[in-house]
Amino acid sequence: MEQNRSRRRLLNWLLGLWGGGVLGSVFYPVVRYLAPPEIPESATLSAGAGSARLLLPNSGRVVPFGSRPAIILRTPAGELRAFSATCTHLDCTVQYRPDLQRIWCACHNGEYDLNGRNVAGPPPRPLEPFEVNVKDDEITISRTS
Amino acid sequence: MMAPRFRPWLEERLPLADAIEALRHKTVPQHRHSLWYYFGGMTLFLFGLQVGTGALLLLYYRPSAAEAYESVQFIVARVPFGWLVRSIHAWSANLMVASAFAHLFSVLFLHAYRRPRELTWVSGVLLLLLTLAFGFTGYLLPWNEISFFATRVGTDIAATVPLVGRGLVRFLRGGNDVSGATLTRLFGFHVAILPAIATALVALHLLLIQRHGMSVPPSVEERAGQDPAAVRSLPFLPHFLLRDLFAWTTTLALLAGLSTFYPWELGVKADPFAAAPAGIRPEWYFLWAFETLKYVPATVAGIEGELLAVAVMGAGAIGVLLLPFFAGHTPPARRVVVWVGIIALGFMTVMTALALTGTAP
Repeated sequence: MEQNRSRRRLLNWLLGLWGGGVLGSVFYPVVRYLAPPEIPESATLSAGAGSARLLLPNSGRVVPFGSRPAIILRTPAGELRAFSATCTHLDCTVQYRPDLQRIWCACHNGEYDLNGRNVAGPPPRPLEPFEVNVKDDEITISRTS
Repeated sequence: MMAPRFRPWLEERLPLADAIEALRHKTVPQHRHSLWYYFGGMTLFLFGLQVGTGALLLLYYRPSAAEAYESVQFIVARVPFGWLVRSIHAWSANLMVASAFAHLFSVLFLHAYRRPRELTWVSGVLLLLLTLAFGFTGYLLPWNEISFFATRVGTDIAATVPLVGRGLVRFLRGGNDVSGATLTRLFGFHVAILPAIATALVALHLLLIQRHGMSVPPSVEERAGQDPAAVRSLPFLPHFLLRDLFAWTTTLALLAGLSTFYPWELGVKADPFAAAPAGIRPEWYFLWAFETLKYVPATVAGIEGELLAVAVMGAGAIGVLLLPFFAGHTPPARRVVVWVGIIALGFMTVMTALALTGTAP
């Protein structure tokens, strides 16, 4: 009787081991498969942002910066500034609002001032600033080191 | 004639007679709230319609960032009746969400989640969440501007979850950003993974309904205690089924009308390097959550506002899922459930109305 019980315990343990092994060897690769592999992206250091002459005071445009968007704007005073265009709230792409003289996100009505600081609405952090250089009318923006 | 010989042949091999006999004995209670019994069947009908039209769309749709928008354009512009199939799929999806919500709230208000129907409720809530997941994943597939940004916002919300947030976003997007990889991934969810889970859950849900029969609301039950004639019952076959079929036919006609006179728009093709357009918004059934996020400040008492909103909504969803296990069954406890339901419904309605009228804080 006692021997039967211990035999049963051993068999149950083996059965559990077998089941756990099968489940583990099926689900481990599946879970790993579901997480997309990190694709090493060459860190974008700078990108062209179009003509400086065509960017009028109190206006802005969104340009690609690597795989993400950046915004280049000319303040009403005529100064060029560039920031990451990805809203720090929920990842929308911001735009320049001449009527507000601010950078504005259409998704949840977030606002940043001309220094990229989050000043109204839900954004929790300022926009990352980029460095702006102009050579022969061609704007280049680059990550500030 | 083949039929007279065919039927015995079939009956020898399949439990046909048993099934028909069981259906003959199935009845549906008749009382003043009986109208709400139709929304479950209606949701099932719309689900079937989604499977059918979805299968047809698959024959022409191409799940890649370069081709998705153009392939939908091809479906609506060139394929005979493509406009109809696509519009019915889109409209029916919306009616299905509406019908599922009506079903959930009616079951809530009529207290049909009570013992022994707890698992029917749980499987039903899971099916509603799956329906929303179908809506979310399907929304991106035409790869237009609005859905592109709605998906960026929707998937980024997952980032607020502590510890696993970033991994969750990468799991949903198939990478760090919403891109062609996201489209392929959500397409896979939409047409394979979610339908597989939904089919299993629908089967369970229907099995449980067959097992327990239709729930009679407590108010009607009490009256029946005094006067048994208060709850009459209607044979399922053919009376209730015919009424179901009538409702489904009417819905089909409504869908055809909506698709013809208000065809579902395709919008502008998504451009990952364009600013989010003004008036961006998710589908109407996510509007209340979207509007709530607008009102949540960046930080509340030192906690990130978004995290707080997501935590509250997550707790709400879990509360709804497990409702039958903690909701009391005394009349005062039932009144609490009704009031919580009314407040939730009121909150969702007000937030949706605010989003639709476009008043920004």
